[in-house]
Amino acid sequence: MTEAKDFSQYAHPEALVSTDWVAQHKDDPNVVLLESNEDVLLYETGHIPGAQKIDWHTDLNDSVTRDFLGPEQFADFAASKGITRETTIVFYGDKSNWWAAYALWVFTLFGHADLRLMDGGRQKWVAEERELTTEPTPAAPAEYPAPAVRDDSTFRAFREDVLEHFGKPLVDVRSPLEYSGERTHMEGYEQEGAMRGGHIPSAASVPWAKAANEDGTFRSRAELEEIYTEQAGLGAADEVIAYCRIGERSSHTWFVLQHLLGYQNVRNYDGSWTEWGNAVRLPITTGDQPGEAPAR
Amino acid sequence: MSTTDPERSAARTDPESSALPEQLAEVIEEFAELEERQKLEMLLEFSRELPDLPERYSGSYDQMEEVVECQSPLFLTVEYDDDAGTAELFFAAPPEAPTTRGFAAILHEGLNGLSYEQILGVPDDLSERLGLARAITPLRLRGMTAMLGRIKRNIRAHLAETAPGRAG
Repeated sequence: MTEAKDFSQYAHPEALVSTDWVAQHKDDPNVVLLESNEDVLLYETGHIPGAQKIDWHTDLNDSVTRDFLGPEQFADFAASKGITRETTIVFYGDKSNWWAAYALWVFTLFGHADLRLMDGGRQKWVAEERELTTEPTPAAPAEYPAPAVRDDSTFRAFREDVLEHFGKPLVDVRSPLEYSGERTHMEGYEQEGAMRGGHIPSAASVPWAKAANEDGTFRSRAELEEIYTEQAGLGAADEVIAYCRIGERSSHTWFVLQHLLGYQNVRNYDGSWTEWGNAVRLPITTGDQPGEAPAR
Repeated sequence: MSTTDPERSAARTDPESSALPEQLAEVIEEFAELEERQKLEMLLEFSRELPDLPERYSGSYDQMEEVVECQSPLFLTVEYDDDAGTAELFFAAPPEAPTTRGFAAILHEGLNGLSYEQILGVPDDLSERLGLARAITPLRLRGMTAMLGRIKRNIRAHLAETAPGRAG
């Protein structure tokens, strides 16, 4: 086991908990653990005792329109998981918390106050040989009043917002080949392709996994500052938009920028390349350079 | 689910289903009878039953073909018995990819040891016939379609090499 990491280095240390913390607090009555994986069956092979399963695909999205749940549906869903407005929700999952960060970001849109990620995710918990169980977690429905709105303006960007944003920093978190336009999809995700390859003009390329260590934990604040603030040129910007292909990888980067580095206004453009690369007349840059932002 | 489940009756009345190899039809039938929730449990059961690789492949995936369309790493290889005209299928996927393992196990159970012609004749929409789209999402099912496609491509290439007249 490695030495405990000091979360106080991050801008919002309360948004991150360690595997130790989860081991100690998982049975607290105000704590709900939600496991969010890419693999829809991974939770069933063994999960942290008491954790509930959340599937990014089937639980968080509207089943018809390309959009998230509405406030009423969200409240029903949260209540079904035993969550109240006061609950501390801890997300964790596979692939360096990729999908856990996505679920956390969606919950953020509904204004839930206390949302945290378990640093290192499922991988670290398993590597530390901590307890897993295949016992289903009994459902204990709670009361969750429907939020008045889903706030789509503070942390979420639509394509019109991206057009308005030109001149300020954009981060493209896809792989280098998707960024340059040589590939119109991510390897293994051919069905999520786009008509055109490339990136949004002026976007800096920072593949999302750069923010994670080998063991799935987040890099230190100093390392993250080097990657985003310096190399990607975000500097002291007060508004940043991140995007990827459908908005899930960029949720991970959103978490890093918003909570670990403390950028003030970070939005995730969940339409991402599957919208931008298919839309008529939107500007695109190809190749490995960011290119110029179009005049507004 | 009631007997009016559209997926179920579609599988029964589809004219092509009579042409399915028996061992594959049985797998489809097993899934068709279940409710959504149980379908996932069944897929998990399959994932646990994916046979281990024989000694000759263990430890080295480089003799196998990687199915990049799967969301998690999957390797497959086909061995041919030209006298009998049948194919043996081998799959490998890590335990942290149970969905991918489940898909591989379904194909193994449904297709292993069949004749080249029988495997080539399996409908490409096999993954849809399992009725898993709602529970698994079509996006994830894509990996299984890709596996089947690669198995068929391997067999066609083998036929083209060994018996050009039969490759069709």
